[in-house]
Amino acid sequence: MELFTDYTLRNVTLGSMLLGAISGLLGCFAVLRRQALLGDAMSHAALPGIALAFLLTGQRNTLTLLIGAAIAALAAALWLLAIVRATRIKDDAALAFILAIFFGFGLVLLSHLQRHPNAAQAGLKSFLFGQAAALVERDLWAMLAIGGPALALVLFFWPQIKLISFDPDFAHSLGLPVRRFEILLTGVMVAAIVIGLQTVGVVLMSAMLIAPAVAARQWTHRLETMALLAGGFGALAAFIGAWISTLGEGMATGPVIVLTMSVLTALSLLIAPERGLLWRRFRLVRNRWSEDAA
Amino acid sequence: MLPAVEIEDLTVAYGDKPALWDVDLRVPRGVLMAIVGPNGAGKTTLLKATLGLVKAAAGNVRILGRPYEQQRRLVAYVPQRSSVDWDFPTTVLDVVMMGRYGQLGWLRRPGRAEHEAALAALAQVQLTDFAHRQIGQLSGGQQQRVFLARALAQNAEVYFMDEPFQGVDAVTERAIIHILRDLRAAGKTVVVVHHDLQTVPEYFDQVALINVRRIAAGPVREVFTEANLRATYGGRLNILGANGTGGVATPAPAPGD
Repeated sequence: MELFTDYTLRNVTLGSMLLGAISGLLGCFAVLRRQALLGDAMSHAALPGIALAFLLTGQRNTLTLLIGAAIAALAAALWLLAIVRATRIKDDAALAFILAIFFGFGLVLLSHLQRHPNAAQAGLKSFLFGQAAALVERDLWAMLAIGGPALALVLFFWPQIKLISFDPDFAHSLGLPVRRFEILLTGVMVAAIVIGLQTVGVVLMSAMLIAPAVAARQWTHRLETMALLAGGFGALAAFIGAWISTLGEGMATGPVIVLTMSVLTALSLLIAPERGLLWRRFRLVRNRWSEDAA
Repeated sequence: MLPAVEIEDLTVAYGDKPALWDVDLRVPRGVLMAIVGPNGAGKTTLLKATLGLVKAAAGNVRILGRPYEQQRRLVAYVPQRSSVDWDFPTTVLDVVMMGRYGQLGWLRRPGRAEHEAALAALAQVQLTDFAHRQIGQLSGGQQQRVFLARALAQNAEVYFMDEPFQGVDAVTERAIIHILRDLRAAGKTVVVVHHDLQTVPEYFDQVALINVRRIAAGPVREVFTEANLRATYGGRLNILGANGTGGVATPAPAPGD
């Protein structure tokens, strides 16, 4: 398979699959803790972080820019929390507000950088919609450097994280440091987001966080299976998406991956046994038939 | 004998509005106590503030003579059933095992001991056959019994339960009251936020009447009087008289949900 032998294609394919697997798995907690929208706001909020990291350091290496992205995303999450706590503004309004401010600020910085002599070389604009074709081996290592520790933390604290995601009050009554775990999980979500920014971009990244978890939930009743499935779906969508985008000229890999993931999710919502819409409809009709027969 | 629970001067405010004002409460050991009061009277807040789940502006809580923070392992908590998402991807057995997580430590995974404790608790609430079901597939009453089993798995001395009878079927209500009596027989103490005034004298030994302040607390026979109920429920108690049943022995249920 050319996808794995050709150097450039291999980086694109492996990088995308890595991102799909890690963000899919970690995204489960964003979905189960009802923080999908927060994920979306944080990924948009990463944009000014990327631009500022470049402005301040003058460097274009992946890890520097992604750390900038992570700091901005965390700042957005903290600001959001402060607004919800200190004012009467509801969290959905605060989310929209934060997303618009950070993303707007990011766009302003980007357009400013366009005039900068370094701008063309920096190519920061590719962070808007991602540019998988530009992935090099070093970027893969950067993804692993950020995603690996996040995965390890989640695995290490798995029972506690599971309990806190299900019933934080009860976890608190057992004496678990719930607040610290919530910060940890927000950090994990940030990690899951920033590893995909190069490939998928800030605008579409939340899809890779949320869609695999939603799809996986359809097929299982166990969190462990769900997390593995979500990682698998994410990697599968990335693989198929990367492959499709090699077939046609000028098909951006990131958006094609997101579309592939959306198709997988739509199928799961329709046909998954027990929970799928079509499956339930089918059972309803069959039950009615057997009632009529009786 | 040390009281099971001593609450002193507990005050909680949401914004500027006090939800609980200077509440003192002593729960003797080995009793079933109901906490009753109208909607919005702060019953759930009293429970949550006692367990440190909402921040108290003032007050302290002692469990069996020592501060609550040191006695967590002696305390079990049954939250309101509606406080969690029952579509969460987990099984009945998994949820009940969570009752053991407080003793797990950071390195150990739930293993055979936790598994067996959870199965024993499930047997007590007669849900053994449902151990491997997804929790969303249960009826409301069965879900309530899962929460109860999780608290039983904690093997605590003092149990706090928030509306365990809320919206459950008759089978579950009988099962729960049976378990409460077993707990009392084993010398445990149970504090229950309760809604149905009618069943207070039948189910409980002690009662606390709460409406932001503590109105009265003590043995049901002494405290569950028409005067105290009137003081707790205010004008709404007229409904009691209009019901025609009269007498404090069989008061009508609280209006509203």
